[in-house]
Amino acid sequence: MTELLERISTCVEFGKVDIKSPYPPAMKDQEGAFELTRHALDDGISPDEILEEALIPAMSRVGQKFSRNEIFVPQMLMAAKAMSSSMSHIKPYYLSGETKRRGTFIIGTVKGDLHDIGKNLVGMMIEGGGWEIIDLGVDVSTEKFIEAAEKHPGAVIGLSALLTTTMENMRKSVAELRQRFPGLKIFVGGAPVTAEFCRKIGADFYSPDPQGAVEYLKTLA
Amino acid sequence: MKTILKGITKEVVIDTEGPVVIIGECINPTRRRKLVSTLQARDFSYMLELARTQIGSMADVLDVNVGYPGVDDEALLPAAVIALQENFDIPLCLDSPNPKAIEAALKVAKGKCLINSVNAEEASLQKLLPVAREYGAAIIGLVLDDNGITNDPEKRLKIAEKIIERSVRAGIKEEDVIIDPMAMAVSAEPNACRVTLETIKLVHDRLGHNITQGASNISFGLPNRENINNAYMAMSIMYGLTCPIANPEKIAGLVRAADLVLARDEYAIRFIEHYQTTLPS
Repeated sequence: MTELLERISTCVEFGKVDIKSPYPPAMKDQEGAFELTRHALDDGISPDEILEEALIPAMSRVGQKFSRNEIFVPQMLMAAKAMSSSMSHIKPYYLSGETKRRGTFIIGTVKGDLHDIGKNLVGMMIEGGGWEIIDLGVDVSTEKFIEAAEKHPGAVIGLSALLTTTMENMRKSVAELRQRFPGLKIFVGGAPVTAEFCRKIGADFYSPDPQGAVEYLKTLA
Repeated sequence: MKTILKGITKEVVIDTEGPVVIIGECINPTRRRKLVSTLQARDFSYMLELARTQIGSMADVLDVNVGYPGVDDEALLPAAVIALQENFDIPLCLDSPNPKAIEAALKVAKGKCLINSVNAEEASLQKLLPVAREYGAAIIGLVLDDNGITNDPEKRLKIAEKIIERSVRAGIKEEDVIIDPMAMAVSAEPNACRVTLETIKLVHDRLGHNITQGASNISFGLPNRENINNAYMAMSIMYGLTCPIANPEKIAGLVRAADLVLARDEYAIRFIEHYQTTLPS
């Protein structure tokens, strides 16, 4: 039982999606996260155990290696893909209520900004931390952020910006969200964003890498 | 096709037959906190230093971007233009998403500037084309429209055609539209650079316009970024890129080498000139 969980965890960490996936080459023709998760559930291992003991620790290792520049964006995307293939078996348990997520995280790139790589990576890592992700996409207006926050009470929200010229829109959206939802936890991130800017615009949290956000969320859930 | 830009007296010709013209990217607040803080205090010395270094490293045109939260770019962009033109005779590329800032800068700029950028969104075309026409500026046309970004090179070509057609209808000369095929990071999308390279080729072969791109970020999220950037830059030049927006200190040597191997630098004069001016003293 533990061995199966360990194998799932390894598959996610190294991005082995399923038996057909040629990556990573060292794991060619072996079963991947998709098949092994199915076996685990068939063997009576609970979805919670798979999450807590295989997926979340795997994504946490991925996040830490990324923070240390030991792996890079493509490897992170492979890991996220393997995680999703495993999650596809677990999703029905969320819908039935048998398994619960740690919380809901709303994420989007601010108005005027079409960059989505950083936003997507953060979303994947937070999903890998056991949270439900509501992805609003790119070029998201303040109204759309507000709408989502209204629809998901208790959710945490994250705003991304890549351009110095769209940071102003981040400031405006954060100010409006703060006014409407005083208790809302607001995360900000993106290449030009700094801890100082985060403080100045009244957001709650900034991290230069995705793992920082995942770690901070642990303290909230 | 030739696009001519002007400083106060100096003319820079961007020619689809080459050689490559370098638009220096460094006057930009991204990752340059010092630029923001000095500009906010109306202290232009650091900006002028960035200009001097880039010109010394073979920049032919300077991109000027002063956008940052809390900065009034409608006042600051023209002020930066005045300060630059008091010190340097080099054409400028005015870089702002705010059409009012662009217009304010064009009002005070001497010569013939480049606007960075117009895209095929209706709002962008309607606001910026009349401004470019009025002040006789050239424009960068970014291949993006109201539907966002497409990953089909043929569709990007169509968007480029639309920008050119609308510009000509607005009274802008055809050759004053430089196309930006939109470079994106290859780490998240394996086809990202290929799509842009194919767009460059299509725009060059079918429309014959000059082509620019800011390509320092295509290597985002990967190690050894300079190798990726250099490979991509060389291939882009081969396909028809004529005026990249980049850091001249990093790419001038590569650009001169690319021109040389494409037979645009007889007797390797420009290549050797770059070598000699960058020799450690």
